[in-house]
Order: sequence, then structure tokens, then C-alpha cells
Amino acid sequence: MSQYIIRRVLIYIPAVIGISVILFTILALAPGDPFEELATNPAVPPEVRAALRAKFGLDDPVWQRYVRWALAMLQGDWGFSFVSRVNVDDLILQRLPTTLVVIGSSQLLALAIAIPVGTFAATRPYSIFDQIASTLAMIGFSMPTFFTGVLFILVFSIYLDWLPFVYRADIAETGWRFYWEHLKQSIMPVTVLGLFQAGGLTRYVRSAALDVIRLDYVTTARSKGIAERSVIVKHVVRNALIPVVTLVMLQLPAVFGGAVVTEQIFRVPGIGSLLISAIQSNDTPVIMSVTFVSAMLVIAFNLLADILYGWLDPRISYR
Amino acid sequence: MAGSTLASPIADPRTLVQRTKHVSLAMETWRRFRRHKLALVSSFILLTTLVAVALGPLLWPVAINDIDFTARLAGPSLAHPFGTDDLGQDLLARVLYGGRISLAVGLSAMAVAIIVGILIGVIAGVSRGSVDAVLMWLADLFLSLPQLPLLLLLIYLFREPLKQIAGPEVGMFVLIVIVIGGFRWMPVARLVRAQFFSLREKEFVEAARALGASTTRQVMRHILPNSLGPVIVAATIDVAAAILAESTLSFLGLGFPPDIPSWGRLLFDAKDYMDIAPHWVLAPGLSIFLAVVTVNFMGDGLRDALDPRKVL
Repeated sequence: MSQYIIRRVLIYIPAVIGISVILFTILALAPGDPFEELATNPAVPPEVRAALRAKFGLDDPVWQRYVRWALAMLQGDWGFSFVSRVNVDDLILQRLPTTLVVIGSSQLLALAIAIPVGTFAATRPYSIFDQIASTLAMIGFSMPTFFTGVLFILVFSIYLDWLPFVYRADIAETGWRFYWEHLKQSIMPVTVLGLFQAGGLTRYVRSAALDVIRLDYVTTARSKGIAERSVIVKHVVRNALIPVVTLVMLQLPAVFGGAVVTEQIFRVPGIGSLLISAIQSNDTPVIMSVTFVSAMLVIAFNLLADILYGWLDPRISYR
Repeated sequence: MAGSTLASPIADPRTLVQRTKHVSLAMETWRRFRRHKLALVSSFILLTTLVAVALGPLLWPVAINDIDFTARLAGPSLAHPFGTDDLGQDLLARVLYGGRISLAVGLSAMAVAIIVGILIGVIAGVSRGSVDAVLMWLADLFLSLPQLPLLLLLIYLFREPLKQIAGPEVGMFVLIVIVIGGFRWMPVARLVRAQFFSLREKEFVEAARALGASTTRQVMRHILPNSLGPVIVAATIDVAAAILAESTLSFLGLGFPPDIPSWGRLLFDAKDYMDIAPHWVLAPGLSIFLAVVTVNFMGDGLRDALDPRKVL
């Protein structure tokens, strides 16, 4: 098993390098020079500018600049935010937990909807329930998160006035009240993101369960006289979930996109809203690092999916 | 021969005669597509939207920037069926105009994704070995990139220079289309490659090869046309995804400039007024939703219709 994990980790190293090369290329191709301002400033003589360029290595060959940049990124030296006046890594570490909590709970919500609905639809294919569920799932994943978010605010915050629509990190309450307020303000962002995920997942769980339900071992389990309920729960769902694990992890890039939008709508202080505000204030180091961090998180979750897959499915060889 | 039982009804010459009534592939697909009621309704709605958006100014001859301060934030009425925005501009006209942008972006980004995808898929499918491995590794790499952050990064870095080269409208359009399309080619490439791998071993391709057909001819005449079924479905879904991506960018304030009201931009402008003018949010929001859901249902219907294993 540990050998399998090491092999998977090694396989992802080229992917990490590939992603860093793509990011660096984008940055290198982008027009604009950090010393542009100095070039137009008559008070700075050209030789000072040339000396500065040489000092920061801007005239070095591309691969040298890439290696230097990549090493700095790996060491957690992500630069200094122009706007917030703090190191970028501090800024991101501050925001990251909120995003992970929102993404994590929305995934749990999506699974809590998708697994029962998808399985139930698969046990009765082409029934009324199946058709309604499939149609709702299609609508769910066609609803853009920004529109669902706006609709939720319209209904639950403005008309019904049940939930706050601005997420606050500084709630003054203590004890139970604190958790209650936190829960209340998380409901809408988590639901919006969760429903979007649930649409696609339900369709996938249904087809995965349909594939499994026709297999011989399910018939065997039935003919042994096992109750239908435990046939479905113990024999069908467990095996249908193996590909679903992969899908959940593979969907993470899309979830990050959804999180950027939801965080922006509900003003959740996560890395998504950090990205948008950094773009609005031209804070390049922050923008680069947030993109880099989300790419690395996706890779990390892919690795996790591989490891989970090996653990869930004994048919996968560890060698 | 007398008294021998035929193995299957198809071997019976009389049924053979009955079955020779020729049905073209397109007609057969249409017959199967009609069975999916939601897909049929969706294509009708989509077609109506397309016509309405294309004929926009002819159907509803109100300028999109006609400012009328006496009718600010007015709800739906006969004069303004969708209501007006904070400057009293007619929302129906703006939604119709925005539809042009959103649908044009969707279709062009789909074209970019399909062309790049087919190209890479064909190259990977024809060449075996290291070229194929590298291209598929690249596809996997692109699949694991966080798209929205990268889209935002690219647009942030490149919007100013492109605006200077091609003007604010065209520059933004080209940038958005290329960037969205450039992140959607991977599924198409993998589909085409998978089809190539199975088709190039089939007897009819072998026959063509035996007759001395060049690789180009085998690909263009025999393999590629037969592998397009799943690509058509992927193309439909790509249109929906591209419309969503463009609206998301505009909604985050990084899409088209405010004087080009794409659907996402309308929603972005409307969201600050949603407590006093909910109709303003609903008009573009429902348009995006309707376009995306109908395109997706159409893709679903096409998938069923083009899948030869599915009995309909």
C-alpha cells in the first residue's frame, strides 16, 4: 500500500511541474514590466534601471528565471501583497480554512442528496420518480451558481428575512449563539454550491448504480434471500460509489470556480473573494499565488482520490 | 433447403425486401431525437430564442441605450415588457442584445474547443506511442487545472493589450472566446482519440488500407466521419458551458465592458438593486438559465439519438 502511495505521488510530480510551467509561461508572456514605471520616470537614470534589472535577474535566460520562481514558490515565499501590505502566504493561510469549510460542507450536502436520490432512481429506472429526479438534476446543474445565489438572497434574505446575506467573520456573540450565527450565515453559500454539485452527481450516481445493479452478484445476493434493502445498501451502493469518489475529486476544479462565485455573492472571506478583490486592485502576487494554491489543492485532491480508490477497490493492483 | 429454419428473421428474404426502404442517418436520428420530449421542447425554445435574438431590433425596435429617467426601475408594463433598469433603459431590448453576445460567445468558444479537440484527438489517435502519451498527459494536466481562477488570471493579464490591438469590444470577445475554448478541448480530444483507437482496427478501415488509401484519406474519409457522433453531443454541452463561463466572468465584473450588456453583465449591474427591482435580476438570470438548460436537454436528446446501442 505504501509503495502504491509513493508511486502515485511520483506520478503527480510531472503534473505539478507542468502546472507551474503553464503559470510561469502565462506570467512571462503577459505584457507589462515591473520596472516600467522607472523607465518613464525622468529622475531615474537608465543605468540605475539596468542595474536594478540585473540585480533582480530580469535579463537572465527564461529557464533560470523559472527555476528561481519555482523554488521561491516551493519554499512558501510567495511575495508581498501590494494592497494588504502583508506576506501573501499569511494572507492565503488566513483565508484558506473558510474556503475549505465551505467547499467541504457543500460537497457533503451534494453527496447527501445525490447518493439516496441517484440510488433510488436507479432501482426504479424510467419510473415517474426517476424522470422527475433526472429532470431536476439537469435543471440543478444548468442553474448558474450566481443566479441561484441571487435568487436565494431575494427569497430568503429580502422577502422572508430569515438568513443574513453577508457572511461575517467577526461575530460578537459567544457560546452556542456564536455557532448558531455561523451556521445561519453558512446555510446559503453551502446550499447554493451543494445544489449545483448535486445535480451532476445525482446523474452520475444513478448511472453508476444502474451499471452495478444488473451484475450477476446482485442477482445472487437476491436469490440467497437477502432483503432488498440490504442488497441495495450493502451490495449495490458500496460498489457504485467507487467511481463516484473519482468523480467528486475530478469535479474539484469546477467546485473551486463555483466557490469563487459564491464567495463573491455572499462576501465569504475565503480565497475566492480574495482573488476577485486582488484582481480589482491589480495585486499581481496575490492573484498568482491564489491560482497556484488552487491548482495545487486540485492536484492534492486528485492524489487523495487515487489513494481512496486503491483502498475502496481491491481490484486495483497496488504494484 | 426445404424445411430448413432460418436462424434469424433478417435472413428471411421477404423481410429483407421490407427492410430495404432507405432511411438516411439524419432522418433516423431525427426520429430517435423526437422520442425525447424534453429535448424536443428544448430545441423549440432554443430555436425561438435564437430567432428572437437574431432579429432583436426588428422585433422590438427600442434602442438599448435609450435613457428615460421618468421610467427608472419600472416593473414590467406594456411599454417595457421586462421593465427598465436604473437609467430607465428598456430591459427587453437589452436582454435581446445581450443574447447575441452570450450566444455568439457560446457558439464561437464551442467552435474553438471542437477544432482544437478534434485536431489533438486526431493526432493522438493516428500516432501511437510517445506523441499520443504526451498529448494525453497534456489533456489530463489541463483537466486538473482550476479553470475559473486561470480564466480570471488570463483575462486580468491580457485584457489591456488586446483592447489596444483590437478595440474594447472585439478584443474582449476574442480573448474570452479563445480562453474559454482553450479550456474545453480536452473531453473532445479524448473522445476522438478513443473513437480512433477502436475504428482504426475495424474491417472497413483495414479494407481501405489494403486498397492503398493514404493515412490522410483513411482519417478524413473513413475514421473521422464515423467518430463524430459523440463529438456532436460534446459540442452541444460545450455551448452551454461556454455561455455559463462567459456569464460568470461578466458577473464577476471581468467580462465585457458595461456598454455591451451581455446577460452576465446585466445580472452584475442588477444585483445591487435586487431588493427594489427584482425584475431586473430575473430577466437576464432566467435567460441564462433557459439557454443553458435547453442546450443541455438538447445534448441529452442527441446523446440518446446518436447512441447506436440504445434502442428507441
